[in-house]
Amino acid sequence: MASDVHENVERHPGLTPLSSTLCADPDNQRSESPAPALTQGNEPGAAQDEAMFVHAQSYEDLTGEVEVPLPQSPGPEGNVEISSMEQISEDFSKLSTQLSVSSVQSIEQNPEEDTEMGHEDAASSSSSPEGDGGSRVLDDWYQHQKHVFVLSEAGKPVYSRYRSEEALSSTAGVMMALVSFLESEKNAIRSIHAEAYKVVFVRRSPLVLVSVSHTQQSEQEISQQLLYVYYQIVSLVTGAQLHHLFQQRPSYDLRQLLSGSERITDKLLDSMDVDPSFLLGAVCCHPMIANLRDATTYCLQQAKAKSLVFSILMSNNHLVTLVRKKDQYLHPIDLHLLFNLVTSSSSFREGEAWTPVCLPKFNPSGFFHAHISYLSHKPELCLLMVSTDREDFFTASDCKRKIVERLEKKGTWTSLKEALRNPFYDVTQIGIPELRHFLYKSKSSGLLTSPAMVAPYDTDREKRRLVELYQYLHGRAHCSARPLTTIYHMGAHENILAWVTEAFELYVCFSPLGTKSSAVNGVSRLLRWIRKEEDRLFILSSPTY
Amino acid sequence: MALRELKVCLLGDTGVGKSSIVWRFVEDSFDPNINPTIGASFMTKTVQYQNELHKFLIWDTAGQERFRALAPMYYRGSTAAIIAYDITKEETFSTLKNWVKELRQHGPPNIVVAIAGNKCDLNDVREVLEKDAKDYADSINAVFVETSAKNAININELFLEISKRIPSANTSATSGKGFKLRRHSSETEQRCC
Repeated sequence: MASDVHENVERHPGLTPLSSTLCADPDNQRSESPAPALTQGNEPGAAQDEAMFVHAQSYEDLTGEVEVPLPQSPGPEGNVEISSMEQISEDFSKLSTQLSVSSVQSIEQNPEEDTEMGHEDAASSSSSPEGDGGSRVLDDWYQHQKHVFVLSEAGKPVYSRYRSEEALSSTAGVMMALVSFLESEKNAIRSIHAEAYKVVFVRRSPLVLVSVSHTQQSEQEISQQLLYVYYQIVSLVTGAQLHHLFQQRPSYDLRQLLSGSERITDKLLDSMDVDPSFLLGAVCCHPMIANLRDATTYCLQQAKAKSLVFSILMSNNHLVTLVRKKDQYLHPIDLHLLFNLVTSSSSFREGEAWTPVCLPKFNPSGFFHAHISYLSHKPELCLLMVSTDREDFFTASDCKRKIVERLEKKGTWTSLKEALRNPFYDVTQIGIPELRHFLYKSKSSGLLTSPAMVAPYDTDREKRRLVELYQYLHGRAHCSARPLTTIYHMGAHENILAWVTEAFELYVCFSPLGTKSSAVNGVSRLLRWIRKEEDRLFILSSPTY
Repeated sequence: MALRELKVCLLGDTGVGKSSIVWRFVEDSFDPNINPTIGASFMTKTVQYQNELHKFLIWDTAGQERFRALAPMYYRGSTAAIIAYDITKEETFSTLKNWVKELRQHGPPNIVVAIAGNKCDLNDVREVLEKDAKDYADSINAVFVETSAKNAININELFLEISKRIPSANTSATSGKGFKLRRHSSETEQRCC
């Protein structure tokens, strides 16, 4: 078991083989295989003229907002010095072996995930008398891997991922005491590390968000997830209303206003644990032949109205196409929130829905109105139209009718349905034998591509484990104290590689039987393949109405 | 056959079964695990009534507090409002009374009000007596039926009763036009606010 960690190309001559193999003709503007020297905008998947999304370096942008970027806290992130290699190695082996064990435990102890097993286990392991059911429920509550709490600054609970008011009332008090105690000294609490537990705080006035977890995720990533939860709440009530309510009455109980929306936040948290697009702050595209995508986009472009700002087609959380008003850009976070809203409720599945939604990155002070309707269930295709006028439902509805008519008339509909059948491509078609899975993000376009997770990552537990490996790699690569550009680790179950450049981020999973040189070779072939297929894997244009 | 469009909105507390009533009426289906409506949902269904076709344009609104302020947008210009409550939850009947008050004050003057006491299949755990609800409905001149979206009881009848209450066809030509104008004017009113 070994890890190679390179934080800087110049300082590590050992990396030269990697970069030299990957170096291609630098004169070619859209060269086949981009080298680290290539600037943003030339990488595979970069938009041809103008990006579709607000330009975001995603992760840094996000975390950069967390009040004062304090230098270095003496947490585990701090001890990267000489021992970094050993430590990373150790973390990886934990992730590839112990983690799967701990997730088995958590499934056994969590009756929500596996009812039968959970009950049996709880009954056999708990020696307490049968009447003591209440405390057992509470015990289960403490077993969850990652708790998320949202409180008001007055200490009133706003949201708890696994509910339980009972446990929450005392916990909320302790959490607020910690926050305010440190604040009285003009400090801010960011995290507490205790054995395997991390307690992470994010302060976003008027709310305080807290996560208590025992996962391998870095503090930075957890605070990013908490920030997503904050944005989720803003998207339900608007930032303006949130501030207004608490300004008028600091003891306001926000739960009443949020009642019925818990499922949306629950879904967001669940997705963030398994969907790498949140991790990378990028949008996953549905792969599709460019001609077909263009024809579909054209149908959306033609159905325009004064009040429409964005028309979006999505399928299984993948972006099919997006048409925007000229000079208006969506932020990937806002799109994630829209996707999450749609997928979190079955109530959109019939008829046409019309709902206020705030896009916090676009404008936190007001509501847009979203027209949401499914054009097809099998394969799934959902149309979202974002309008500025709350009275304009029938205009949007008319646009929907036009889009459907046009799709059918031009014969696009049949081929579109065919193309939507499978949101993922097969990794074997790339023709790299040791390659099992990868994530590739083009930084300038904010788009992500990734193949299907096939065996051995075809069970929920293995999928989860792979995502956790990616999370760990990502956390290491973006660690603010010591960012790393390349990481290669040979593990018992897989060899994994991370490569972060100015222009792109690549995380690759290889078979454990491969060698380092075959991995280096594989990465360069993979990048060539992505370049060759880029107009199918990505949306290279950024159409407007 | 003449086609008339009837705009109907559903109001009522969260979880009383507004969406289930609409799904049963439009799709003749029932989902016990239905999620709460977000915002509002629009569906249509055309049924024959005597020698006319009635096309119901149905606004199924969300019962949650967060969407409370949006309700006027949906009941304004509605021909009829179905206010639903859950016969097993007393407090949903109080919410219903508040909706009636609000409609009297801010709703269109001739709106047909229909009261639906949903979940009547759960008679064992009933909290609202049928007679009390009926008396209340009579006192405000509203249609009243107890329904079960789950067992498809009285759902079509509910909409049929609304059809019956709508002014007859010979006046519809003019009233239809008037209705449209009224909706228009109220829309502009809203923009000024």
